[in-house]
Amino acid sequence: MSTGFDTETVRSGVDTHRFVSRRTLVWRRFLRNRPAVVSLAVLVLLFAACWVLPPLLPYDYSRLDYTALQQPPSARHWFGTNALGQDLLAQTLRGMQKSLLIGLCVAVISTVIAATVGAVAGYFGGWRDRALMWLVDLLLVVPSFLLIAIVTPRTRGNIVWLIVLLAAFSWMISSRIVRGLTMSLREREFVVAARYMGVSDARIITRHIIPNVASILIIDTTLNVGVAVIAETGLSFLGFGVQRPDVSLGTLIADGTPSVTTFPWLFLFPAGVLVTIVLCANLIGDGLRDALDPAARPARRARGKAGRR
Amino acid sequence: MSLLRVRDLTVTFATETERVPAVRGLSFDVDPGEVVALVGESGAGKSAAAMAVVGLLPGHAEVRGSIRWRGEELIGRSDRELSAIRGRAIGTVFQDPMSALTPVYTVGDQIAEALRIHRHGLTRRAARARAVELLELVGINQPQRRARSFPHELSGGERQRVVIAIAIANDPDLLICDEPTTALDVTVQAQILDVLRTARDVTGAGVLVITHDLGVVAEFADRAVVMYAGRAVEAAPVRRLYTDRRMPYTVGLLGSVPRLDAARGDRLVPIPGAPPAPAALPPGCPFAPRCPLAIDECRSAEPELVPVDGDPDHLAACIRTAETAGRSAAQVYRVATAPPARPDDDAGEPEVVLRVRDLARTYRLTKGVLLRRQVGEVRAVDGIGFELRAGRTLGIVGESGSGKSTTLHEILALRPPQAGSVEVLGTDVACLDARTRRSLRGQVQVVFQDPAAALDPRLPVFDVLAEPLQANGFGKAEIEQRVAELLTEVGLRRTDADRYPAEFSGGQKQRIGIARALALRPRILALDEPVSALDVSIQAGIINLLLDLQDRYGLAYLFVSHDLSVVRHLAHDVAVMYRGRIVEQGPADRVFAEPRHEYTRRLLAAVPRPERGMDTRPAGRG
Repeated sequence: MSTGFDTETVRSGVDTHRFVSRRTLVWRRFLRNRPAVVSLAVLVLLFAACWVLPPLLPYDYSRLDYTALQQPPSARHWFGTNALGQDLLAQTLRGMQKSLLIGLCVAVISTVIAATVGAVAGYFGGWRDRALMWLVDLLLVVPSFLLIAIVTPRTRGNIVWLIVLLAAFSWMISSRIVRGLTMSLREREFVVAARYMGVSDARIITRHIIPNVASILIIDTTLNVGVAVIAETGLSFLGFGVQRPDVSLGTLIADGTPSVTTFPWLFLFPAGVLVTIVLCANLIGDGLRDALDPAARPARRARGKAGRR
Repeated sequence: MSLLRVRDLTVTFATETERVPAVRGLSFDVDPGEVVALVGESGAGKSAAAMAVVGLLPGHAEVRGSIRWRGEELIGRSDRELSAIRGRAIGTVFQDPMSALTPVYTVGDQIAEALRIHRHGLTRRAARARAVELLELVGINQPQRRARSFPHELSGGERQRVVIAIAIANDPDLLICDEPTTALDVTVQAQILDVLRTARDVTGAGVLVITHDLGVVAEFADRAVVMYAGRAVEAAPVRRLYTDRRMPYTVGLLGSVPRLDAARGDRLVPIPGAPPAPAALPPGCPFAPRCPLAIDECRSAEPELVPVDGDPDHLAACIRTAETAGRSAAQVYRVATAPPARPDDDAGEPEVVLRVRDLARTYRLTKGVLLRRQVGEVRAVDGIGFELRAGRTLGIVGESGSGKSTTLHEILALRPPQAGSVEVLGTDVACLDARTRRSLRGQVQVVFQDPAAALDPRLPVFDVLAEPLQANGFGKAEIEQRVAELLTEVGLRRTDADRYPAEFSGGQKQRIGIARALALRPRILALDEPVSALDVSIQAGIINLLLDLQDRYGLAYLFVSHDLSVVRHLAHDVAVMYRGRIVEQGPADRVFAEPRHEYTRRLLAAVPRPERGMDTRPAGRG
């Protein structure tokens, strides 16, 4: 535990070291994690590309180029074309707009709901706990997939509704986990100490409870990105969710699947993008988790550096 | 020939990133009927050494050197071969009796099992009869009936007696006791030591006891081996060790033990710094960075364990042993132990800051899931009352379950108690509203027992200290200034503020806990066993800090502890709690000198005293 220097006896007199808050520390530790930073950059780049690039392309995602049907990637069509002569690059970008938005929003929203509900139910207990857990039980028994399938066609392809519905039905299990963790954290001495210092309940939840369950929340978020994209894909594949002629990564992959061996580009490009998104989300999550958790291994290496400083 | 002969024992734990040497070249002997103590603070390698003897180390531990049992080498034997020795010739008593017993079998069965494993001819009936005999031997009342109890039905002391019964079941030649009394109350501790003494006399076995408690060593052991950073630094007969210790570490260790015969306010002699991390030992003597006598030579080579003054019984690994002879710990460490003179000590009675009257707290015991019906109640706190004056310390002493912690939390909650009244700084807590309660919170703060649990592991120290300030609406600049002040106050550095609690040693963590409690400049500090989770040498530093802070800011301490010697150093007044009631209350000097209640007398008698019959304190205080 000891880092070797004699802190017990030192009286700091001329020390003018500047204090940094947790936010700065976490951010610094995150930046030290190379893969996470690269992933964040890639994800931001992808997000920017799918909104900025389409207007600059000579082809719209729905335009048919009758001179190039089922063509492999070329200088004119970088990602190739499909059987109708639609440019796959334009389609993939259009699909990314939908899928990135759905994946990230659903993951973040559902985790925020899960954290709030779980922490409130676990921390306060009593009637709040009973009411919220009753709601959780109720939502768990509702056949969510069917409900979404019935509602989405009526929203005329508005993906906001899709995001809201998917998020509303994917937070329950994690909120139960968060509730359980919170109940054990509530009895811990540092939470009791904060209460005796006059720290408000809301502050205790945001400063002590949430950071201490952050590992599970972050894993939950990154997994949810994948789950949400796949859920949207599944819905679109069945004809709900994103409606034709609009496309999403899900519909593109579904269209490309039958011809994987004969016309691989139809499948590989959208699938590659999907894998990249999910991978990046996972790496960012890992980096964030390590940055928040002082016991994580990169921190130990960092401590060695700090000791020598 | 000695029973157990350990030579150049090394134990190394290989982790993924580094190799951690836990024991580095340890040698000692245990003779029949002799009690040898391995003494040291946490991380000194004493438990690893003992577990290496019985071969109970985890798989990733590398053990080298030689462990001879009656002349036969044990290292390198298979687990199966060792099992024939373990439990039969070597009995082991562990620290926590609850986890050493299987919860689903009766204790009689567990003792019988230990017997039948090693004696195949023994019938079930005979084993049971022997188990009852053993229970009687270790002093359990109604052994016939208690043999049919499950571990959870016994008290902590009784469970430890059962563990001892299992250890001596097969009439072993060696008993290994790993912190046998650490998890127990003081009065029970004394009884368990008696039982161990009986066990030794009955079996004639040699005993190897591992402990950090110097009182246990003085009471129980014949010879002691003091360990530091994986090595023996001093070995001597116990009497010799207490009268003529030579290694500066031993000097510090003995000097930092709180004493019952001290006067209130006496400072202890802490050892500066913290033990080195085993994976990053300094070159030369590992104690040199903390040693007041270290010279350049100490830092260049690690000294061998050599006889002191040509006495083969007294060994020390130090080249400066001549410097410590006949000098007190305070002299060696160049600190003053006498409290600073306070002219205003007799300036009349200070005001009462906390007044508790007839406080009671009962918990209902209920049965049934759907229809809860009350089957009884536990009176955790049963009508107690006391007063705490500004700048004074009230020590609340008691054993586990006496209601002392409940009392503390009832006061700290600042809510109307079930019965009775709590008055803080002249305000009855029953007439507080949300706003006044919050402002009063700043005046009453708490320091917890376990510093590791009391600090949020995810919060850097700056945020830990800033929290109470932010919660009470301080500005950013003010917070930074106050945090800097607090760090200096408790002896930490400004740069420590952006590290996480896990990067600090136990004593430093407790300093952070104290700094946090001081942040709002409270007038009352509730201390819930603030030093009992710490090693002695660190504990001394914290006690001194508490004394200094009280002198400087006139804080009133409500000090809850089971350790009477610590209370002796800190408290002006003492309240002794037993089963939810205060059985004796009064000025500390009076209570310690002439205890009136039977229970207080028992408590005082149970405290192990290093000096019993030995003169340990060389004349003259530093």
